[in-house]
Amino acid sequence: MIPELGHFALILALCMALVLAVVPLAGTFVRMPAWVALARPLAWGQFVFLALAFAALVHAFLVDDFSVLYVASHGNTLLPNVYKVSAVWGAHEGSLLLWALILGTWTLAVSLYARHLPDEVLARVLSVMGMISIGFLSFLLFTSNPFERLFPVPLEGGELNPLLQDPGLAIHPPMLYMGYVGLSVAFSFAIAALIGGRLDAAWARWSRPWTLVAWVFLTIGIVLGSWWAYDELGWGGWWFWDPVENASFMPWLAATALVHSLAVTEKRGAFKRWTVLLALLAFSLSLLGTFLVRSGVLTSVHAFASDPARGLFILIFLLAVIGGSLLLYAVRAPDISRGGGFATVSRESLLLGNNVLLVLMTALVLIGTLAPLLYDAMGWGKISVGFPWFNSMLVTFMPLMVVFMGVGPLARWKQQDPGELLKRLRVALVVSAGVGLAAALPILGDSWSLGLAVALSLWLLTTLLAGLHQRLRARGGFGGLWKDMAGRGGRSYYGMWLAHLGVAFFIMGITVATQFDIEKDARMSPGESIELAGYTFRFDGVEMTQGPNYRSQYGTVQISRNGKEIAVLHPEKRVYTVQRKPMTDAGVEAGFMRDLYVSLGEGLDNGDWSLRVYYKPLVRWIWFGGLLISAGGLLAASDPRYRHLLHRRTADAGGAVPAGGRV
Amino acid sequence: MRAARKKRLYLVLLIVVGVGTAAALALNAFNQNLMFFYSPSEVSEGKAPAGHPFRLGGLVSEGSVTRLANGLTTRFDVTDMDKTVSIEYTGILPDLFREGQGIVAHGKLRDDGTFVADEVLAKHDENYMPPEVADSLKKAHDEGVAAAAKEGGT
Repeated sequence: MIPELGHFALILALCMALVLAVVPLAGTFVRMPAWVALARPLAWGQFVFLALAFAALVHAFLVDDFSVLYVASHGNTLLPNVYKVSAVWGAHEGSLLLWALILGTWTLAVSLYARHLPDEVLARVLSVMGMISIGFLSFLLFTSNPFERLFPVPLEGGELNPLLQDPGLAIHPPMLYMGYVGLSVAFSFAIAALIGGRLDAAWARWSRPWTLVAWVFLTIGIVLGSWWAYDELGWGGWWFWDPVENASFMPWLAATALVHSLAVTEKRGAFKRWTVLLALLAFSLSLLGTFLVRSGVLTSVHAFASDPARGLFILIFLLAVIGGSLLLYAVRAPDISRGGGFATVSRESLLLGNNVLLVLMTALVLIGTLAPLLYDAMGWGKISVGFPWFNSMLVTFMPLMVVFMGVGPLARWKQQDPGELLKRLRVALVVSAGVGLAAALPILGDSWSLGLAVALSLWLLTTLLAGLHQRLRARGGFGGLWKDMAGRGGRSYYGMWLAHLGVAFFIMGITVATQFDIEKDARMSPGESIELAGYTFRFDGVEMTQGPNYRSQYGTVQISRNGKEIAVLHPEKRVYTVQRKPMTDAGVEAGFMRDLYVSLGEGLDNGDWSLRVYYKPLVRWIWFGGLLISAGGLLAASDPRYRHLLHRRTADAGGAVPAGGRV
Repeated sequence: MRAARKKRLYLVLLIVVGVGTAAALALNAFNQNLMFFYSPSEVSEGKAPAGHPFRLGGLVSEGSVTRLANGLTTRFDVTDMDKTVSIEYTGILPDLFREGQGIVAHGKLRDDGTFVADEVLAKHDENYMPPEVADSLKKAHDEGVAAAAKEGGT
């Protein structure tokens, strides 16, 4: 009964979405306030029914209702309750339902927190979100209904993929989806503005906090995924350049460009067309990501058995969204007014440089991801694009971008005297180049890539400090920090500061972790030790243990340095009872400066095992950097100026920038 | 106004030149990093490049997995149900590696015809077959059927 109610709720949500997509939008054209006013209640209704449908599916998992096909294939009585809940989004149908629910949640959030918007604009935004919702809900109902019944009812379920039975992965998909779907808000704002023909600084200011929050979720989702891969997969890697990872990285790059370009549009009214295009691009890339993951057209470690009919549906949906939005853009773009002009050396042009680089990187990742499809379709052979290519692309363009990142925040809007800028950058230039060069010298680091990474990170750090010094001096010293944080524009600045600092950590992390990691595969007997980077790893054998729904070969490895014990690690190899699937769980001794990492290979004869041991310096900095970036984004999104917008419907685009109104 | 336009033109030109150079470099590097996929049949026909890395995929033949004395090097055969190629890999195999499973290996051919892999991939999902492997199996199967029909005809 409850699954049928869930199914029914889903149908009602689709009906709500249909009305939401049409009536309020039509109301803005025929000037019917009653129709326009329907937008909010419809958004609430849609959310309520989606939440009911989702709750029904969660309930089916919790009570092990194996008469529901989806539960029978992915649930199991032995699963711990936490994983029964996360099993809801462990496979295709449920993850789509989660997607739809998150879209409903974003729609609800916009209807609740965007009170300052003129009714017409809000109605259009919600209508566009309703259109996206129609696409996903009909996809759910017509090709992948999670509430389908199964007869005869099996006694036991097929269980959740063991890979997903991990806290990191239980929350990784929802975070990522919050990001993907959150970009639909920026998209809807852009489309609504194009429909209304009013693209101004106010539009940028409205959509900026939403874009920032979506971008933060996307960042957290990617960081979590990377950390999980490192922790679970047992080979110490944290990024594969796998199509599915690229699918999340492309919208991230586009959204990063969007966040920066929105800043220019808000402050200076410039880059309007470009910003709109980026908003369309970012969400289109999220949809493309869904298509790539769900259609199984690409070889990927994430690819699961899939259904071509679903791929076709998403492809058509994708074409409709991209085609429709680009068409609208082409019709409306000529009417968009030019923004404020700027000189060749100005913050605008530096941000433009950053945008071009980010979009270039997006394009390259897109080429690398889709090339195998193209080659196959053209009959040129079956290929994959090597890991090294993506890495070398990143290494080529990242340094350029970091140079811009250092200069940008120090430059003035509109026009900047190059000599004055150079004077401000003098210390940063000398310090970063000097220390970087020293790190590259044979006596110290003896590695050019280390030298480059040190130089780039220090460049970021020193320019950030210079900017902070300048900002605080204008505000009466360090004590002015808190007052600045409470005022308008302050948190945007400190958010930027934190996020850019995160990039400095990230650069050091990836460089040192890939250049100086030490890896060893060894065959070890119980009691035997090996040395790695000054640490002694003693293998104390493997015993069998029993978990709730798995059996485990539970290894023990003691790590010591100079005879002093540092940690005892327990790398495991689990076999999940239902699916008989083996899973490696690595043992990790984490530290700020280095990780020690042990994973079990295979059991050989007389108690010997093959083991893989790693020493990974600074690897935590990669995720720490990602977290700083997210924290910065949140801080910027919490800026009071986004909340003090009531009735400030027309912000002057080209006008004076308030003193210290830096972004 | 004219000066501003000129400046803007320079800026645009600079961007075009920069992006163009970058794209040219990237595409050049791209061609050198392409990794082709070959099936065991293609490898035994000598289509795969010698001395250049490529990817090889197929099913792990039943009963073919042996471990060399050092305990870390594994030898096994992959097949597309037509031809078979031996693979040697030193290191820890992925969790889902086992006989009968579809895998993709990355490495080079040695002079004796053994494929020395530096990476072996098996997928997360046991029902999942890498598309390349599925394709080459199907192709080998179709060719086998065609050959049998031909023989039966003459």
